[in-house]
Amino acid sequence: MPTVIFQLPDGTERKVTAESGTALMQAAVSNGVEGIVAECGGNASCATCHVYVADAQCELVGPPNDVEDEMLDFTAAERRPTSRLSCQIQLSDALDGLVVHVPEEQV
Amino acid sequence: MTSAAGVVVVGGGQAGFSVVSTLRASGYGGPVAVFAAEPHLPYQRPPLSKKAHTEPDGVRVELVPESFYRERDIDLRLGEDVIALDPAARTVLTRAGRRVTYDHLVLATGAHNRPLSVPGAELDGVHALRSLDDALTIGRALTTAREVVVVGGGFIGLELAQVARARGARVTVVELTDRLLSRAVSAELEPRLRERHERASVRILTGTAVQALEALEGSGRVGRVVTSQGVLPADLVVYGIGAIPRDDLAREAGLAVDDGVVVDEQLRSVTDPRISAVGDCARHPHPHAEGLVRLESVQNAIDQGALVGRRLAGSPAGYESLPWFWSDQGEIKLQIAGLRTPSDAVRLVAGDSPDRLAAYAFRDGRLVAVETLNWPAEHLSARRLLERRTPVSAAELAGTTLGALVRARRAAEVRA
Repeated sequence: MPTVIFQLPDGTERKVTAESGTALMQAAVSNGVEGIVAECGGNASCATCHVYVADAQCELVGPPNDVEDEMLDFTAAERRPTSRLSCQIQLSDALDGLVVHVPEEQV
Repeated sequence: MTSAAGVVVVGGGQAGFSVVSTLRASGYGGPVAVFAAEPHLPYQRPPLSKKAHTEPDGVRVELVPESFYRERDIDLRLGEDVIALDPAARTVLTRAGRRVTYDHLVLATGAHNRPLSVPGAELDGVHALRSLDDALTIGRALTTAREVVVVGGGFIGLELAQVARARGARVTVVELTDRLLSRAVSAELEPRLRERHERASVRILTGTAVQALEALEGSGRVGRVVTSQGVLPADLVVYGIGAIPRDDLAREAGLAVDDGVVVDEQLRSVTDPRISAVGDCARHPHPHAEGLVRLESVQNAIDQGALVGRRLAGSPAGYESLPWFWSDQGEIKLQIAGLRTPSDAVRLVAGDSPDRLAAYAFRDGRLVAVETLNWPAEHLSARRLLERRTPVSAAELAGTTLGALVRARRAAEVRA
């Protein structure tokens, strides 16, 4: 089971373990990670589960899909090259040790 | 028998969950209890009509695992229905006979389905969808159903129609009024939505009344739907013809009720400030609406729950979240931001690809609501502009899109 680390805006870290195949957003919400709002429940409808993937891991995680790419232009916090919607990232063993930063605001 | 006071929430849906999770996240340290009628951990409803049936094992829909409640000392009482409320004594009574005292009570009781009141509605093979158990039942029925009749052309009906198509059934939607989603989307957008359903081989009969459901000879199972336009074969009938707020606890306790518990701008009962109501069961003032409104949406449930949670933790505020809605109907993603009224002027705008469309609604020349088909960027732009109450005039939007406006304004902010 992959383990991922959420770095929160206040500087604290949350380490979360989830089954492969789980969306990163779901892993966050199931573990009560503050700052992943996910209003639409993972349907790519709201852009409130925005995260920044650690620079070194961007290639591993891959680029956003088309709808996601479009939505990332309208997140509450600024878009960066490392921006992803966490509902669109499927966890796998290859992503064990993933580090993502949670932005200051989501809505 | 009484338990400790503090905050007692009646209802374990999205709104009730939002109250208790926000209470703890905001530092509230008093006792917190949730009474949920269903035996399941609080779960998401949107996937039930959109996804759960297409994935045979169902989807994981619980909002958070059981440990979330334990770690935050939230007393979650699953399957424990509240049957009476005594505002003078500040107690609720559960079906099991337990009397519970509160300092503050939050009604998050949601809504129930408007019943289908025609002969034969009790036959096997006739289902409504609201709960997780309903979804599992319909999902099982869809594994063998060949002829599906969907009664009601609203959000639930249209989502289910596409789910049933995806499972290979023939599907007919029967709608009483002369158009689909008659209250939710504009008359201008509706024909385009209808066209897409028909293209996906969903047959749509508007202006058609269901008069009776009839069984196959010698069985208790539905076999035919008798409508004002003729008889339809059916081995599965699902209906979604609106919801009625669960406000009977409040009414029987003497609180003001008018198709929902009547609350003020901070979502407190206008009769008793120690009682709040949130989500589908609340009727409230809203800066985007004239008069009182009752909204049925996930956004409303989450935001109202959070507002009450923060108030009870010491940060009061008025409710003014921008209402927004979404519905996934097969390949159709319908999103709505803002509240439109029938007298608003609506302009249709084609998107940057053929499957995309937006309808802008203007009141007194100002943008008040936006409906989009398959155009998430335009929906999010609309939310961004409407949420901040940034005025957008009809003139400004001539020949451009909201997405382009947001990008231009952001670029201007960066330069400034």
